[in-house]
Amino acid sequence: MLSFIGRSIVQKIITLFFVSIVSFLIIHLAPGEPSQVDPMNPKFTPEMVERFREAFHLDEPLYAQYLYFYRDLFSGKTISWKDNLPVLKKIWERFLNSLPLFIVGTILTWTISFPVGIRSALFRGGFYDRSSTFFAYLLISIPGFFFAYILIIFVVNQFQVPVIGMETFGIGDTAWLTMAMDRIWHLLLPSLLGATGGIAVLSRYVRSQMLEVEGQDYVRTAKAKGLPPDQVHYKHALRNALLPFVTMFGLILPGLIGGSVIIESIFAWPGMGRMAYEAILARDYPVILTINFVAAVLVLVGTFISDLLYLVVDPRIRM
Amino acid sequence: MDVNPHTDSQDYQLDEPLAPKRTRREEFWRLFKQNRLAIAGLVFFIVFFVVAIIGLALTRGKDPVLDPAMVRLQEKLRPPLAKPNFEMLQPNEVPTLGIYVFGTDDLGRDVFARMLQGSWVSLTVGFVAVGIAIIIGIFLGGIAGYYGQRHIRINQLIAAGFLTAGVVLLITDLIWAGAVFLLCGLACILLSFLTKKSARSRTKPAWTRLWYFNTISIDTLVMRFVDIMLCFPSFLLILTVVALLPASIYNIMIVIGLTSWMGTTRFVRAEFLSLREQDFVAAAKALGLSNFRIIFRHMMPNAVAPVLVSATIGIATAILTEAGLSFLGFGVPPPHATWGNILSDGKRFIFDAPWLTFVPGIAILLVVLSFNLFGEGLRDVMNPKLRERN
Repeated sequence: MLSFIGRSIVQKIITLFFVSIVSFLIIHLAPGEPSQVDPMNPKFTPEMVERFREAFHLDEPLYAQYLYFYRDLFSGKTISWKDNLPVLKKIWERFLNSLPLFIVGTILTWTISFPVGIRSALFRGGFYDRSSTFFAYLLISIPGFFFAYILIIFVVNQFQVPVIGMETFGIGDTAWLTMAMDRIWHLLLPSLLGATGGIAVLSRYVRSQMLEVEGQDYVRTAKAKGLPPDQVHYKHALRNALLPFVTMFGLILPGLIGGSVIIESIFAWPGMGRMAYEAILARDYPVILTINFVAAVLVLVGTFISDLLYLVVDPRIRM
Repeated sequence: MDVNPHTDSQDYQLDEPLAPKRTRREEFWRLFKQNRLAIAGLVFFIVFFVVAIIGLALTRGKDPVLDPAMVRLQEKLRPPLAKPNFEMLQPNEVPTLGIYVFGTDDLGRDVFARMLQGSWVSLTVGFVAVGIAIIIGIFLGGIAGYYGQRHIRINQLIAAGFLTAGVVLLITDLIWAGAVFLLCGLACILLSFLTKKSARSRTKPAWTRLWYFNTISIDTLVMRFVDIMLCFPSFLLILTVVALLPASIYNIMIVIGLTSWMGTTRFVRAEFLSLREQDFVAAAKALGLSNFRIIFRHMMPNAVAPVLVSATIGIATAILTEAGLSFLGFGVPPPHATWGNILSDGKRFIFDAPWLTFVPGIAILLVVLSFNLFGEGLRDVMNPKLRERN
């Protein structure tokens, strides 16, 4: 167990090192210049451009730039080229904005897809199963931005509530309850949209897992013993079907940062995805690279956690 | 079940090999037909294919039959199926069909013509991007699965290191240093060939042993590369690269292709690892066939099923990604229509002109849905384990 942990940590660190190199090369070898040092930018004189280039280490060879960047990142001194704010602080603020979306979205995904998946597995081939299958495909296939507009039209016309942004503009100091309701309305649509894909995929996965376990011999034995169906389904079958999903707790971690660029820009939600989008548009290299790095760390930590959970949950793997 | 005339008549001969009653294709089709959703997907996919090709023919060239770029400001935001105001229009501005089938947008352009033009973009992006991904996936997965156990030797590593360093230096405008590194790399390769010949005949000196020291296996190398690529948040990576590169449809195809081959690689590798141990591969090797022939003629047809399924679903994903990019304003430069940018232009008029949102949105939804249903149908048919037992 300890040797597994040690080996996997070393492996992940090596992977992270290569990720940092690849992302750095992608950004720096692409044609074009950041807008701050673009000689075509009319806002800056050639002298200013020269000064910026020196300040950003852009006049040094690529490997030196790489070392400078990661030295700054690990000592927490990286600053955004666009507004000179510390990148980590910026990311942290945006992260706090994205967090409620992520939490509500995850709760929606996991609470909706399990009942749906289990029910359609139990009534395989029936009307419920077929219609939920079709809806799952529909939700996977619908473009997020289109679905967002359908929901906006629906909610705005039916309930007469504003949904764009994090809260209604100029809501100021009204009653506590009004403010809470306002926040909830604004939170609901983007997190629901973020969850649609997850609901569709996860409910299908739950269904197939459940079907697999229901076909096992021990479930047949339990039925043959004359146990009540609820006990067979939920005690004997479901517990074993849940096994792969425990490990999926680790894999939702990367969703923290990826967020959704499209959903956040439709709803003017100042989250991580929006910040990444703005940074890309402004060619704010430090922000892009930092987000990429943090995302890679989250992916690696997520897979590590899910491996560990597998070890804990499934005694067959443990040596 | 149809009865084969040979089985019940007397002239049936025992030494005739007992072939299955149905060919593999007939069996496949019989199973596939049972899945009504998948059939619907296939039909719609064919319709989309035909529409995209007709659309390309009708909207391309200097003087197209349906002009997607014709601006008629006096006719803006007409609802679907509206008749044009003939007295307001110049003779060359009158739409060919005499009616705005899907209405007009905020510049008075015919949305029907724009949708036709956009359908070709969606089709080509889907197929080219997935084609690139599949080629890379099969290549890397095949190498990892078939040659996976071989190790990379120090000399190969040094040569590759020199060559990449040379190329990187060349890109960063250091021509002389780059050329020197490239030459060093070539010298390493040459040296390896020479020492190989001499090493075979004589006892090896110590430095050649180091020279041929095994490092990591090819399988590890390829799979770690897959892990590295999987660490990037895919949509952000695509967005970054597309935003940094000049706007063009080909860049989008290539970038989507280059960032979505990891799944295929894993499938192909897994299939190859199990196929490699099977008897027919051993037989092919015993017959002295070349590795190339074994891989492509014998193993690939057996490994193609999961690849085909993931390709079909990959096309759906690629179309969605392209639409998302167009929606954010990247990709195909403006006068050219794509479904994503029709929707993105129309979002400002969402309450006044909802057709600008709904027409492209439903089109994308239907196309992606048809690919997903077709792909899932294929998966069910090709994987006997998932079939319903009855």
